[in-house]
Amino acid sequence: MRYNYAPMNSLLQVEQLSRSFGAVTAVADVSFTVERGEILGFLGPNGAGKSTTMKMLSGNLAPGAGQILVDGFDLLDQPCQAKACIGYLPEQPPVYRELTVDEYLDYCARLNRIERARIKDAVAMAKERCGLTSVGRRLIGNLSKGYQQRVGIAQAIIHVPALVILDEPTVGLDPIQIREIRALIRELGQEHSVILSTHILPEVQAVCDRVQIIDKGALVYSDTIAGLDQRMQSSSILLAMHKPPAEQVLLSIAGVLSVDAVSDEHYRIHFDPQCNPAQQLVEASVSGNWCLYELVPERMSLEQVFVDITCTDHAHAEEPKELAE
Amino acid sequence: MIMIVAQRELRSLFLSPLAWTILAVVQAILAYMFFSQIEFFMQIQPRLAGMQAAPGITEIIVAPLFGNAAVVLLLIVPLLTMRLISDERRNQTLSLLFSAPLSMTEIVIGKFLGITAFLSLMMLMILLMPLSLLSGGTLDFGMLASACLGLLLLLSSFTALGLYMSSLTAQPTIAAISTFGALLLLWILDWGSGSAEASGGGVMAYLSLVRHYEALLKGAFNSADIVYYLLFIATFLILSVRRLDADRVQS
Repeated sequence: MRYNYAPMNSLLQVEQLSRSFGAVTAVADVSFTVERGEILGFLGPNGAGKSTTMKMLSGNLAPGAGQILVDGFDLLDQPCQAKACIGYLPEQPPVYRELTVDEYLDYCARLNRIERARIKDAVAMAKERCGLTSVGRRLIGNLSKGYQQRVGIAQAIIHVPALVILDEPTVGLDPIQIREIRALIRELGQEHSVILSTHILPEVQAVCDRVQIIDKGALVYSDTIAGLDQRMQSSSILLAMHKPPAEQVLLSIAGVLSVDAVSDEHYRIHFDPQCNPAQQLVEASVSGNWCLYELVPERMSLEQVFVDITCTDHAHAEEPKELAE
Repeated sequence: MIMIVAQRELRSLFLSPLAWTILAVVQAILAYMFFSQIEFFMQIQPRLAGMQAAPGITEIIVAPLFGNAAVVLLLIVPLLTMRLISDERRNQTLSLLFSAPLSMTEIVIGKFLGITAFLSLMMLMILLMPLSLLSGGTLDFGMLASACLGLLLLLSSFTALGLYMSSLTAQPTIAAISTFGALLLLWILDWGSGSAEASGGGVMAYLSLVRHYEALLKGAFNSADIVYYLLFIATFLILSVRRLDADRVQS
């Protein structure tokens, strides 16, 4: 699938990237591309190789094998040009606690070779985008974790890089801060390409255009969010009735493929996606006096999809679909 | 780019009380030594007056002052260099430098120059003491310049070694202790030369940091001494660059 992309237009091209630490292989043969203006979610359980990949993309780790092209520049051969296109926020924001926000961002602007005359504007812009205007003169060490994270993001976008790499940007934040950071990432996605690594699934759903799942160092899934949504469509209904009929009665309703008794009153009904039997079930319940009190169309949660993809082999992951056929 | 890293190192030193404390303590100790040296000079002055080609105040006051300064700073420099890289590694701020468009060499030289700038500042403050003698006498400026050069080179060597030790670990204390140990060892290397075989002792003495400094303190400007320090500095800076590179590369 990755070969379908026109190679020249991709902002980031990663080819057969591998890296091992001693005998442990952290990342094995990972290839993907990121287009301009795309938000790519990088999902994976803990220890799957997310951070290692992010570190390699940002030039903090040299790949054991493979190639990384950023905007056409090879990260190993032309590190300065390539790194100029990248803003990176590691898992732990790389902030100096003894500096104020203004001093710190000023330093970052200089490090990223922003012209002296433009530094002030760049700092002001980054602060405004990350909601830091009111804390500019405070010491970073005295800021809350959420604000430190924002300072970290401000640092990553100060030189307006084409690609922003964020490694687990919402870890350790409270729900309100998480929402704010997500909104910020979506906003970033309008002008920059963003790679977002996380193990929080709803985050990917909320923010990203495309999702990649990495497990045990290998890329196991890559699709658009719409594709992931489709995958989550399941074909079962959970029924709860005080006076359930015999299973045969349920099976006789058009579209019903199988019935599982979950408990005395609860039944899970698998149906043909082409022919949703919900309405017939309700009508049958009324006429048959089943005392139906719950009818829940089930969706496969993102967690289930995730577990399916990462924990089982591919054939097993297809099971719901096979049942439906 | 080097200057940006250096500037930031220098500024962060002054943001914490560390730099001020070190400046104050060093100045106080050396001032005391300076005064006791003056007192000594006052005592022997009558005898000096009777001697032919008697040593001047530069030799009697300035040379011991700079000699003492080197010993005091041998204790101080490890404290300045210990956090250079280890602290950044521990706080995971190194990735800020690694992901910026900077080469490893620029990072290392920047940090080195930052501390060297601070030590030069300290040296200027020490230099004020002998210069104050100008109000009551004259100084041998050639000798003073040679002593200053010697001290600067010596301190830069301390810094380069400290920087390397700091790049090896994530614990500033470990970096400080190892730097101090290594410096002290290099300092006393020539102690063995008196008792040991002349040939082996000669090499050890040649490697000793203090031998080359003593020559410069006496006002003997020998290019071999200068080259020794420059090589020393370059060696440890290159080792630091390689150590940082090794962090990234797969072993």
